[in-house]
Amino acid sequence: MRMRLAGVTIGLGVTALVAAGSLAAQTPIPGEFPDYSPPRTADGHPDLNGIWQAMTTANWDIEAHGAGPGPYPEILGAWGAQPPGLSIVVGGTIPYQPWALEKRRENFERRTEISVPGDGVDPPLGDPELKCWMPGVPRTMYMPYPFQLVQTPEFVLLAHEFNGTARIVRMNWEEESPVDDTFFMGWSRGRWDGDTLVIDVTGLNEDNRFDRAGNFYSASVHIVERLTLVSPYHLMYEATIEDPNVYTHPWTIRFPLYRRMEQHAQVMEFKCQPYVEEMLYGQFTKPGAD
Amino acid sequence: MRRLSISSMVVTATATALCVAPKTWSQSAQDDWTPPRTPWGDPDLQGIYNYATVTPLERPVELGEQVVFDEEEAAVLEEEMAYAMDQDRRDGGNEADVARNYNNLWTDTSRTQLTEDNRTSLIVDPPNGRLPPRVEHPMTPERAAAAREAELSLKRFTLGFHESYHDADVGNRCIIRRRNEGGGHPYLPALYANTAQIFQSPGYVVIYAEMIHNARIISVDGRPPLPDSVETWLGSPRGRWEGDTLVIETTNFLKADDIGRTGVVYRNADPETFRIVERFRRTGPETLEYEVTMSDPNTWTQPFTIRVPWNETDGQIYEYQCQEWNYDLYFWLSGAREREARGEVFDPDAELD
Repeated sequence: MRMRLAGVTIGLGVTALVAAGSLAAQTPIPGEFPDYSPPRTADGHPDLNGIWQAMTTANWDIEAHGAGPGPYPEILGAWGAQPPGLSIVVGGTIPYQPWALEKRRENFERRTEISVPGDGVDPPLGDPELKCWMPGVPRTMYMPYPFQLVQTPEFVLLAHEFNGTARIVRMNWEEESPVDDTFFMGWSRGRWDGDTLVIDVTGLNEDNRFDRAGNFYSASVHIVERLTLVSPYHLMYEATIEDPNVYTHPWTIRFPLYRRMEQHAQVMEFKCQPYVEEMLYGQFTKPGAD
Repeated sequence: MRRLSISSMVVTATATALCVAPKTWSQSAQDDWTPPRTPWGDPDLQGIYNYATVTPLERPVELGEQVVFDEEEAAVLEEEMAYAMDQDRRDGGNEADVARNYNNLWTDTSRTQLTEDNRTSLIVDPPNGRLPPRVEHPMTPERAAAAREAELSLKRFTLGFHESYHDADVGNRCIIRRRNEGGGHPYLPALYANTAQIFQSPGYVVIYAEMIHNARIISVDGRPPLPDSVETWLGSPRGRWEGDTLVIETTNFLKADDIGRTGVVYRNADPETFRIVERFRRTGPETLEYEVTMSDPNTWTQPFTIRVPWNETDGQIYEYQCQEWNYDLYFWLSGAREREARGEVFDPDAELD
């Protein structure tokens, strides 16, 4: 059952990277960081165990963005304002097909209009994060919450704080995703490429978003992530996104993850579901009831 | 069959051991086996496990002091359970079929098997195999009002007149799995999804229960508990190794009074005084023993201990989506408003089955 990835699967990943051409930067880019020889686990691979967190504002918009008021500034003031940030997209912008650029704009404009499961609205409305849904891949990697990476020879667990979402990465796993267009967190299969952990993600559903700005993919998306330790405290993250139904060619995001260094740092419990119930279901509450 | 490999002599010996020293019964069978360790020297508990069993939580009263079933009783019971669990047996007409809508696709067939030692209860202490009596509190106006509201909430839920999402329980709301049925700590068998995977890294054990995707990260490095001001639905676990046993104490449960009628801790005990201590120990290459002791002087007259075998499974953990596709809340709430619009009225004095 647990075998090396079939040649076919590796071939797909390689094809995606090659097709991305120069956009599929190496992780790390030679000369970007001083040479680093990472500590290793008993099976000889770099030890990626730890609590990590991105320090980008990509959850607002993975492309470059200035500051903005955010939704409901009349209530939330500076608390709800959008902080400015640079793009995590290699090359700056996402190579959308023209129709998809229009859909992104609509996603953004309607991001706080919500539908609830069962009400028949298809596709569902609103940013999934706003509704406390699992944040999806790759968004979960740059949400402003930490995650813990637990590395074993057969599995790598990524346990995220937001919504208690976790992703099991099956190492050297032959079995393809049992379903299409289903998983928020994908069918994730890992392998080591030298000192880089490579994760092949399929089976993703089309309800995921990249950010609050409405950036999106379709169910045909295929993502290849690359995680490389570049210092004791920095884990470079790179993901190539391939979806011929939405983009003109594959593209890549890239940013460092930072090791959380506080004494006793831990992933805390952030169950957001209770905090969205009034937003989602308050409209159906019996008048006068609490 | 599995249980035929246990001679009646062994069963008898087990029964005796259970009565005399409940915590050591399963050690004798594995004398020639050394529990594995991780490369950094901790006991290795890793694997994917199923903890379903048909063994009841509480021993049926009529069994008195009988700690284990004999072979014949066990065979009959497992057969009966296999029949009862078969939701696709089509022997009760349309209404029964609808009531069995959690059909064989859902049900965990491991639930047709007794624990390997054919125990009559998962509770091993107190010795009668039953939950201790509840503490009786003098009835105050506050307690009476709270009890009445819980009763009404259950009636609204059961009769389809949900006033708000608060009438659904924590499981229906996709916050945590209901504490009474396990699927989190305490890990007790439920209808389905009795699967968990254990991961370890230096200083940590993570128990990932599939249902409501809960990766429970247990630090095993001597760090202090969280401050009391931090309250959580699932509590904050801290682990330690005692020989080959992982001991977990969990604190910092939510104390808010608006969490609904099912509460956050086992059987709606008082989160202020509730104490839960769990022990995991590898008993064989493919088995763990899970033992949990719970106490709450405000709820039970004495502590009690539950022991559940964890058996390695060929199954996998899959993504458990909950609030993302939770049709229940919409249908219950919009349905209740629709019924009211049609003039139907909730009867607060209705008798529930």
